[in-house]
Amino acid sequence: MEITLLYYLIPSLIMFCCGVYGFLTRKNMIAILISLELMLNAVDINFVVFNRFLFPGQMEGMFFTLFAIAIAAAETALAIAIIINVFRAVKGIDVRDLTKMKF
Amino acid sequence: MDYSQFLAMKQEIGLLVVFLLVFLYDTFMPRRSQGGLSVFTIILFAVFTVWGFMPCMGSCADSAFAGMYVTSPVMMAIKGILNVGVLIVLIQANKWANSEIQIMRRGEFYELLLVTLFGMYLMISARHFLLFVIGLEAASLPLAAMVAFDKNHYESHEAAVKYILTAVFSSAIFMMGLSFVYGLTGSLYFSTIASVVALEETSAMLIVALAFVVAGVGFKLSLVPFHLWTADVYQGAPTSVTSYLSVISKGAAAFAFLVILTQVFGAVYSDIWEWMLYALVILTITVGNLFALRQTNMKRFLAFSSISQAGYIMLGVVACNAMGMASLMYYILVYVFSNLAAFGVIQAIENKTGKVGMADYNGLHKTNPWLSFTMMLAMFSLAGIPPFAGFFSKFFIFTGAIAQGSIAIYVLVLIALINTIVSLFYYLLVVKAMYINPEQPVVGAFRSACSERIGMWICVAGIIGLGIVSCFYDHLLELSGTFGLF
Repeated sequence: MEITLLYYLIPSLIMFCCGVYGFLTRKNMIAILISLELMLNAVDINFVVFNRFLFPGQMEGMFFTLFAIAIAAAETALAIAIIINVFRAVKGIDVRDLTKMKF
Repeated sequence: MDYSQFLAMKQEIGLLVVFLLVFLYDTFMPRRSQGGLSVFTIILFAVFTVWGFMPCMGSCADSAFAGMYVTSPVMMAIKGILNVGVLIVLIQANKWANSEIQIMRRGEFYELLLVTLFGMYLMISARHFLLFVIGLEAASLPLAAMVAFDKNHYESHEAAVKYILTAVFSSAIFMMGLSFVYGLTGSLYFSTIASVVALEETSAMLIVALAFVVAGVGFKLSLVPFHLWTADVYQGAPTSVTSYLSVISKGAAAFAFLVILTQVFGAVYSDIWEWMLYALVILTITVGNLFALRQTNMKRFLAFSSISQAGYIMLGVVACNAMGMASLMYYILVYVFSNLAAFGVIQAIENKTGKVGMADYNGLHKTNPWLSFTMMLAMFSLAGIPPFAGFFSKFFIFTGAIAQGSIAIYVLVLIALINTIVSLFYYLLVVKAMYINPEQPVVGAFRSACSERIGMWICVAGIIGLGIVSCFYDHLLELSGTFGLF
């Protein structure tokens, strides 16, 4: 059996959708962060696979992935720092506690 | 590698030098001279701003790194406009940064602010999506740290969490869109993508990709379906950061949005994104206005007002011609002065009394006539009342949009015009509170700090000056004509 482009794209799409679903439904901030990480990783898979299967002559997608991984790491570090701050203030990381400002 | 191409990035390198000097001063200067950090930063940045407006030697248009980065007179102009805004923000933030709670960490505030501006420069000048994404992230991540800056206020943390989670979500969606674009065209260069898009038939994948890209940048601009973070973040963040977010970040994102849509997806203008933007503009202006009507907190009120202003800015993108581009830049310039004047007054009152409610502005003109006068000018300019700059920016942006010529755009401009009247109502609510409401003044008479007064004088001069001398627009139009996009 030959492994084609589709065998990679479908898992990546499922990952992305799981990430969106998790972001919208989870109440724990760390779980939301994990969902975001899933989405970003789905993007990375997409780029690598497109590069490998459709445009094997160049490296643009691979390089984008490298940078995207670094950016995702920076985002996670910053988000966790901010979540720790919130934890100190409200003694919890449930998003339902963050209701002081509403319209 | 040819290292001389770094010279094309004159403004970025200048900004980097400013950043490094501020960083070194903050880190290594002895304790007794630390007091001068704010003044040092402001003067250094003022010099940099003036230097950015100097006519460049030889040809201004240049590109570097195999065309990933380009610069041209238009970009110099928009970066200069952003610089002026940042300078006013720095001056107005002086009092807050030197307050007892913040003085230990004010160096970080200045450094984060400059790094964010660097990211916006890259967003404006990028001609390759990798560089653009780096710029976008450099412009939005440090902002989250700045929103969380007020350690002693719980609202600041709540706002920061809301900002960072939604920002990462939107950038993930944006990058997903980019991956589709890459799969479709095999390149991330703007020019290569544009040529492939122009040749191929419109596919469903392109529409999805474009929708994702619009959603990602629309988040930064707080266009309406993606605006829910705006009010909470603006309210929770320290007021200096709010003014920076609402003006500079929005201006840079608007210009970058224009460049992406026209330069990369210009070929599918009438097929796909013209209609997308019609819907976005109508929703943004209307929803922003309607929510602004019921706000009682000044910062939240200005958040919704800035959402509807973003809708007007987008009219310049919908127009998709040189006039639209020039009026977009002019609108940003006027918006910088008007919005920063309003935030300057809010900040002066907040620093003194800690009050930000609209009811606290009742009878302000009895105790602080100059502050209420500045606020009134800012509100008149934001609403677009004739002698002030805001009228001309709205006038030019409507003219630019109508020059596109289709029937649909006439309807769009008509809806925007009707919304201007709605917005007049809530802007005048503030003026009414200050001048007409008969209640006893809440805020006592006080003298605002010298730096705050300088900031407000610059803004007032800008509002009145640009209202009288709007020939600056002609200059921008001339520059946009040479941009080679349309």
